[in-house]
Amino acid sequence: MAERSTSLGQRLGPALLDSALAAIIAFALFSLLLGLRTVDNVTGLTLQPRPVLLAVAVGIVFFGRLLLNLFVWHAEYPLTVPFAKLFSRAPFERRDLMVLGGTALAAAIALAASFIFGSAGVELVAASVLAFLGVGIVRRAIVQFFPDLPYARIFTIGGIAFAVLFPICAYLLDKAFGLGLHLRYMFDLSILVLTYVMLGWGLNIVVGLAGLLDLGYVAFYAVGAYTFALLATHFGLGFWICLPIAGAAAALWGVILGFPVLRLRGDYLAIVTLAFGEIVRIVLLNWTEVTNGPNGISGIPNPTFFGLPFTVRGDVTFAGFFGIKYDPLQGMIFLYYVILALAFLTNFVTLKLRRLPIGRAWEALREDQIACKSLGINTTITKLTAFAIGAMFGGLAGSFFATRQGFISPESFTFIESAIILAIVVLGGMGSQLGVAIAAVVMVGGFEALRHTEGLQSIFGHGFDPALYRMLLFGIAMVGIMVWRPRGLIGTRSPTIVLDEARPIDADLVREGRA
Amino acid sequence: MAYFLQQLINGIALGSIYGLIAIGYTMVYGIIGMINFAHGDIFMVGAFIALILFLALISLGVTMIPLALLIVLVLAMLLTAVWGWTVERLAYRPLRESFRLAPLITAIGMSIVLQNFVQVAQGARVKPLQPVVTGGYTLFEESGFTVTLSNIQILIVVTTLVLMTVFWLIITRTALGRAQRACEQDRLMASLSGVNVDRTISLTFVLGASLAAVAGLLYLLYYGVIDFYIGFIAGIKAFTAAVFGGIGSLPGAMLGGLVIGLIETFWSAYFTIEYKDVAAFSMLAIVLIFFPTGLLGRPEVEKV
Repeated sequence: MAERSTSLGQRLGPALLDSALAAIIAFALFSLLLGLRTVDNVTGLTLQPRPVLLAVAVGIVFFGRLLLNLFVWHAEYPLTVPFAKLFSRAPFERRDLMVLGGTALAAAIALAASFIFGSAGVELVAASVLAFLGVGIVRRAIVQFFPDLPYARIFTIGGIAFAVLFPICAYLLDKAFGLGLHLRYMFDLSILVLTYVMLGWGLNIVVGLAGLLDLGYVAFYAVGAYTFALLATHFGLGFWICLPIAGAAAALWGVILGFPVLRLRGDYLAIVTLAFGEIVRIVLLNWTEVTNGPNGISGIPNPTFFGLPFTVRGDVTFAGFFGIKYDPLQGMIFLYYVILALAFLTNFVTLKLRRLPIGRAWEALREDQIACKSLGINTTITKLTAFAIGAMFGGLAGSFFATRQGFISPESFTFIESAIILAIVVLGGMGSQLGVAIAAVVMVGGFEALRHTEGLQSIFGHGFDPALYRMLLFGIAMVGIMVWRPRGLIGTRSPTIVLDEARPIDADLVREGRA
Repeated sequence: MAYFLQQLINGIALGSIYGLIAIGYTMVYGIIGMINFAHGDIFMVGAFIALILFLALISLGVTMIPLALLIVLVLAMLLTAVWGWTVERLAYRPLRESFRLAPLITAIGMSIVLQNFVQVAQGARVKPLQPVVTGGYTLFEESGFTVTLSNIQILIVVTTLVLMTVFWLIITRTALGRAQRACEQDRLMASLSGVNVDRTISLTFVLGASLAAVAGLLYLLYYGVIDFYIGFIAGIKAFTAAVFGGIGSLPGAMLGGLVIGLIETFWSAYFTIEYKDVAAFSMLAIVLIFFPTGLLGRPEVEKV
């Protein structure tokens, strides 16, 4: 890299040149695909030019790159520094505070102006900036005044407490004070989030701990869902009996699919698991006699509370047995606790297994397969157990999915689903349990938030449907975060045991299990 | 017999398209050892660029078909090459020294980005194009079944053969080809002997993408309809072809493409068409598990 030039004037020339080149490339990329749109017509396809859109796209690339060139990349004092400092423990300088204060002031003025002139788009942006700064300042203040608190533990316990208490508290508060919360929607969303947390933790065993990149995880999810659905609709079996059967079936499939791929490593393993996932989906789609093909299976029963169904009528119902008034939300709260328990089970088993020889072997396998073999670890058994246990949790989550939806079809089990689960694991920092949970909340919550932003519509016009852009943003986030922080957004799971420093091995250390 | 011969012709045409895509996989895997998962979507982008160019030429009044084909071919190759270059620059180059699976994950992300970008920019519906290359020859007739060889099939095979020859010459005779083979063997040693490794890798992506653009154009001409999702399945099949032929080997990719194309065509003709993708995917699993070095590949020695 060339010498860092200091003055803005010296950097302006090269920065302009670089940005112009980027703009030319952007023009080449977007000129046809964005600048011209194919429209269906009576006579066939015709083209509709969109010069404004093209100009905007190229302009964003040019000015974005220019700003980055001038103020971030080659600058002596990159403007991103103060914002990064908010989320670290580094001491602030005077100019850091000036930048932060200036940003806050500008955002506040913009917010005030948007209230007066009524621009929801500006309001959204300004409010997000202020919220970001607020979170950073609060976080920084806490770290500053209580530097030695065990934050990870507080966060974990707080998260668990919130997850356990949330539905009951929300329900009781709503009933007691008549708050009119959208409880149904809230529970639905939190059940969805927890399903992904569980799937993330399940895949984490395979990808994060054992280091085997599985791109077909959704196949086990599908096996679990279809096992339960078929048993329930054909033989009238209940959820609780089918749950272990579905888990076992998925684990069996994990072994069946895992066995042939044992010799493969890295990329080849990934692509074969992807192929298996697609094969399972295509079979489900075409084996109409059993799976009912694309129409799917409907009428899947809900789980019961020790035999008590959550229905209005019936001999003995949940509400009738406990002598309370029937409310459809009771069934949802129960579903919430079922998936919460399943997710905790996944986490608990993972944490326990990690302390057992098999868990250590997984991590050893992830770090170095050849060294692992040389130490006498049976890599076949190690890989197969990782596949089987990961698949089992996928299957359990699958049967929960089937019972919650009441309807399943092959459409729910596409490759994209595998990619989303994988993204949760990767962005959470492969192997970190807390990271995976946070990533699931952020990803699924973020997806959902996109559905409800009127602010975005006011920026892009009324024809703008944010849901269309979900997958695009998802892909961009996947690439961006991976490039920016390859080891994950939240943190990374380092090997469970490491030697901190070289020291003579004595009896005490051996007893502690650290040598 | 006539039916078989017809399927053979169809299979060779389809296999040529797979072979052209497979070359992109095989070159990239050979040089940096990663599966460029987004390559199938580069093929899809190439097909869309070709479609839009055709429509633009029609509205500009260019009616001479050979001229239009030539313009579309050259422009589509150029513009798709820019896409290939950009994908490498944004998603793979920053991760070159990262852990092995990192670029594969960004490649999956890039594949999702490309698919959804095209979907958002051009709409999710299937895009038809009226037949550009029509006509053909009736070879012979047997018990009421005519075997035909259409002009588009001839065009596909001839274009593929010409491009294969050109690329074979590039790899074996030019400085770029030498640099590529040097990077393939030992990247550090190549850079010590004055090969610009980053530039060589970029050019590999450019070459692969331009061939994918040709495949996209031929696919568009052959089938007449495209949508934003064609890259996924075609990409996996082409990757299978690359592995089957022996990863890193150019003639191997072509051979593998032909084999996969023939298997798919015969499977659809004699068994069930619903399961033709299952046949291709099973083929992939079987090949990777039992012949990971492929037909023309060298065994990969794992060093500690």
